Parts: sequence; structure tokens; C-alpha cells
Amino acid sequence: MSQGDLLHVVTGDDIGERRRFIGKALVWGSFAVMVAAFAWCAMAQTGYLAWELANWRAALYAYLFWATCLCIAQVVLHGEQGKRTLFVLPATLFVVAMVVFPLIFALTLAFSNWNLSAFEGPRFNGFDNVRQMWTDPFYWNALKNMVYYTLAILVEYAIAFGLALIQASQIRARKFFRVAFLMPLMLSPVAVSWMVGKSMLEIRFGPISRLARWLGWDRPSFFGDPEIARLTIMIMDAWTFIPFMMIMLLAGLQAIPREVQEAARVDGASGWRSFWEVTFPLMLPVSLTAILIRIIFKLKLADIIINVTSGGPGGATDSVTSFIFREYRDRSNVGYGTLLAIVYLVLIVVAITVFMKAVDRWMNPRY
Amino acid sequence: MAEQIFHDHSSDLSYKAKWYAGRAAVYGILIFWTVVCLFPIYWTVTTSFKLAPNVMQGHMIPFVDFWPAWKGWDSLGLSPRLIGQDSTVREEFLKRFTNSAITSVSASVLAVVLGSLAAYGLSRFRYKFGFMRNPDISFFFLSQLILPPVVLALPFLVLYRSLDLLDTRIGLILLYTLTVLPIVIWIMRDQFQSIPVELEEAALVDGLSIWQAFLTIVMPIALPGMVAAFILSLVLTWNEYFFAALLTSTDAKTLPVMVASQTGSQGINWWAMAALSTAAIVPLIIIGVVLERFIIKGMAAGAVK
Repeated sequence: MSQGDLLHVVTGDDIGERRRFIGKALVWGSFAVMVAAFAWCAMAQTGYLAWELANWRAALYAYLFWATCLCIAQVVLHGEQGKRTLFVLPATLFVVAMVVFPLIFALTLAFSNWNLSAFEGPRFNGFDNVRQMWTDPFYWNALKNMVYYTLAILVEYAIAFGLALIQASQIRARKFFRVAFLMPLMLSPVAVSWMVGKSMLEIRFGPISRLARWLGWDRPSFFGDPEIARLTIMIMDAWTFIPFMMIMLLAGLQAIPREVQEAARVDGASGWRSFWEVTFPLMLPVSLTAILIRIIFKLKLADIIINVTSGGPGGATDSVTSFIFREYRDRSNVGYGTLLAIVYLVLIVVAITVFMKAVDRWMNPRY
Repeated sequence: MAEQIFHDHSSDLSYKAKWYAGRAAVYGILIFWTVVCLFPIYWTVTTSFKLAPNVMQGHMIPFVDFWPAWKGWDSLGLSPRLIGQDSTVREEFLKRFTNSAITSVSASVLAVVLGSLAAYGLSRFRYKFGFMRNPDISFFFLSQLILPPVVLALPFLVLYRSLDLLDTRIGLILLYTLTVLPIVIWIMRDQFQSIPVELEEAALVDGLSIWQAFLTIVMPIALPGMVAAFILSLVLTWNEYFFAALLTSTDAKTLPVMVASQTGSQGINWWAMAALSTAAIVPLIIIGVVLERFIIKGMAAGAVK
């Protein structure tokens, strides 16, 4: 692509010395106000000032003020060019405030011992949290479970692909089936965990237990045995998210030109071969996108586990998120939980980078 | 070769039988999966009209197996008998419902506004913020998808506590906006890229400013995409549980948190839980049925490039 703007406009902005000065004053003036507000809050919090400030709200308002001034100053300083910056700037400032700042804060939090329910504030404790993590079997167990949960995506993918193929073929009542297949995605995981996990899988009266007994499983128990419990969680999660993959794959299938299939048929390929040698390779990019997004969603898996098994039996179904949630609920120690979360984030970033690099290497081989 | 008139040769018939078998298999799978998808919803809705004996004997079909009763809806104060009277349970439920509605709608609106602007800018202009150029800025936004909520959860708990935003709707709205923003940007960038630049060029030649061109020319064209992004955000934020469970306690508690907190205490009191679950999922089922087109459009946006 070329270097210039896609939408290129020549603008004759004449920005004078005075206007430039006003713009700069606006930015730096409001920045000074923000710094002052932060300092004021910090001092009031630690008790250097005579009157106590209940919270850090003033700093928040100062940030908003600075952000607004920065946006106005863009137009003052750069004229038309500044108005273009205005498209991206609000979102950027929002994300910086909501992600970058808390992440930096999280890094300091991760190396301290802070019990929120206790009176005393955070206490820096160096690498104690890391040491505790290293010897925490439940955390490693949760990480191992995440690997299993992520591998289950392959099965979900196969089912979703099959359903997408059927949906893309000539069928009647296509719209009805599409809406019906979409439904599980619309339900909140919390409701699902009651509807399926607590009532339908209930051992005595649940319909699935009845079905299992009728099929010859004498004493069905879906959450007693670690392996079966994990499998049940996987199935419930798959149930909610298969529609998601199915729709992405369906969109991909519909984008394949019909001529390609016809050409394959003219060449005498059977249905099976034309799938493996034409459809499937053409679907690879879409499949990888769908799988990647599904992995990202899977890594957030927690709601169902928290509400159905709360990690049991013996942590067999714990995901990292649900484990940290419980860790906080039980001990209200934010420091340790944050460290676990940050380690998790680092692992995810590494794993996804490796995955994407591998995919890239595989899709565009360099000879 | 002469045109074949009769299709009753044995080879034709076998072909036909095969065709019918294939159709049967296809519709068999379709119907099976429809049952898998819809049975839990059916089960929940019918259970909300059951009484204890119906639950224990495993009655399934209303009016045949059992006679529907309003007991479950009584416990929510939403049955015809109690709808006219004051009911603390109903007030509680409606409060949670309003909280959920306000937070999810505001967060989705905010995300669509911020995200559309950013996506438009990124699809039309070249930026340079320090070392960040367009691909870097796009990556900066989209990489938020990878960030698991748990990483932000505890820092936000502490930050909100010191900002006095804990247990407020504003706090939840901000956080929800953040979680759906990358998805909105992803969908909208795709939308704007499919709109030809010549449209704006013509508008600019006619003397509109760039913001006017965006608001009057581009936005109406991109509206279906924006609706799709909005609906998808709405679904995700309405169902969000994790942050709401951590960051709210009394005032700003949302519907999923209420459902979750009732699960443990109700025991075999299934009809009440079923009524609550039904009430919690009905809005989204309606959205799903009515606006299915937009949801599919939104999810398909990123898939096909």
C-alpha cells in the first residue's frame, strides 16, 4: 500500500504563532493540572495534608480534563490534520487509561502482600508470591486443565464445521435451523450453569440423568469423578460456543465461489475428495481465525465452572480464572491473585505468539 | 445420446434411494442438533410452571404430563395473581434487570461510538503517534482481545475502591466498554474498508468537512455494521458475570449475579430458579430471534477477508 492517506486531501491550513502557543499551553497547562491533582490526592491519602480526601476521584476528573484538552488542542495545533487525529484519539486515551495504567499498577500489586479485608495497606514482599506460586499445586493443576480445555476446541471445531457444511448445503427451513442453532450463544453462562449443570444434570430428577439411567448407566454422576467432571464442563462450554464457530465457518463457506466446487465435480472428484482437496484448503484461513478467536474466548472460561462445580472435585475442573476468583473470595489477597493472573497473561501471550508464528510459517512456507 | 425420459431404470432407482438416505441423514442431524440446542430452554421454561411432584416424577410435557401452575412465577412476584400487589422479590428482580439493561446498553453504545470512530480513522488515514503507526495502533486495539479479564479484575477492584467506583453502574459500564471495544473495532474496520473512498472524496469536493462527510455520508452506509456490532456487544455485556460478581455487591448488582447467588440457596426449589432463569434469558432469546441477521453479520465480519 502507498505511504499516503487512503483518503488524501490537500489542506491549506495557516497556523500562526499565536494559535500554536494557545494549543501548546492547553496541552501542558491541563497536564500540569492533572499532575497537581494526582500529587494532591496522593498527599491527602497518605496524610501529609491537613484535610482528608475520601478517594482519588479528583485525579480521575483531572485525567478526563486533560484528555478533553488534548483533543481540543489537536485541532488548535494541527488544523485539518488534527481533526483526523480526533477519530482515533478518544479510543486510544480510553484504552490507555483502562488497560495500560491498570497493568502497570498490577505489576506493583503482584509483588506485594495485600489483604483487602485487613486494615493495613499493601506490603511489598519481593518474590514471596512467586515462590508461593511455584509450590502451589492447584495453580499448576489449573494451568494443566486449561491445556485440556483448549485441546477440546479441536472437537468443537469438527462439530461446528460439520454443522456449517450442512447449513451451507441445500436444505429447507434454513432460517429456522440457523436461529435454533444460534440460541445457545445468546444464553448467559450463569443461566446455562443452572439450566444444564444444576437441573438437567441433577442426579435424581434431571432429564439427562434419567436418560443415562435408561441407557444403562446405573448411578449416573456427572461431577463426582474428576475426568467426567472435566468432560461435562467441556461439553457445557462447547454447547454455548459451537454456534459461534459455526457461524464464522458458515460465512467462510458461503464466500467460496460456486465455480470452484463445480470445477472439482467436472473433474470427477467425489464429494469426500472435493471436500478434502478443495473446500477444506480454501477454508483454512477462516478456520484458523475461528480457532484463534475461540481459543481467546476459551482462555476466559470461568462463569460455568464458578457456578457449577466451583473447581471441584479437588480442583479437577478449575480454570485459571475460576481458581483466582476463588483464591480472592477465600483469602481476599489481591497481591497473590494478581501475580497468578500476570503469569497467566505472559504464558498466553507467548503461546499465542508461537501459535501465530507457526501458522504463518505453515501457511506461507519459505523455500 | 437421446434424452432420458424414464427414470425407473435400476441404476436410477438406486441413485434415488441413496439420495433419500442422504437427505434423511442430513435432516436427522439437523433435527438432533436443534433438539440439543433448544431442549435446555424448553426444559427451563416448562420447569418454571411445575410443582414439586412434577419435578420429581420427571414430567415433561405441559397439559399432558402435568398441569402448569404459577408457583415458580409467584416466587418472583410475576404471576398474574401477584402482579397487582407489592412484592419485594419483584422489586429486587426489576432492579437487577434495570441494572443489567442500563449497563449493557450504555457500554455497547459507548463502545460502538468510540470503536467506530477509531476504526474509521484507521481505515482512512495514516497516523504516527511516536513510534506507533497504523498497523501498530490497530494491533494495540485488537490485542486487548487476548487480555483475559482476570488480569484486570483484581487491579480494578483496588483501583475502583480508591476511586469510590466499586458497586456503581458507571464503573461496570467503563469496564464492559473496554471488553467489547476490540470486537467493535474489528467489525467496524471491516465495514469501513468495504466502503469506497470515492464517496468521501466526492463529498469533500462538494465542500463538506471530513467530520461532516463521516456523519452524513459514511455513517448511514455503515449503519447495519454498527447495529451488528451493537447487538453483539449487547449480548456479551448482558451475559457478563465475572466482573459483575467481583465489583458489585448491592446497588449495581446485575441479573447474572442475582441468578448465580440464588442457585445455591434454592435447593430443589426448581420452579423458582427456573422462573428466574427464564426471565433472565428471555430478552436475549427475543433479540436472537428478531435480530439474528445482525448477529450473524457481526460475527461473520471478521471471518471473511
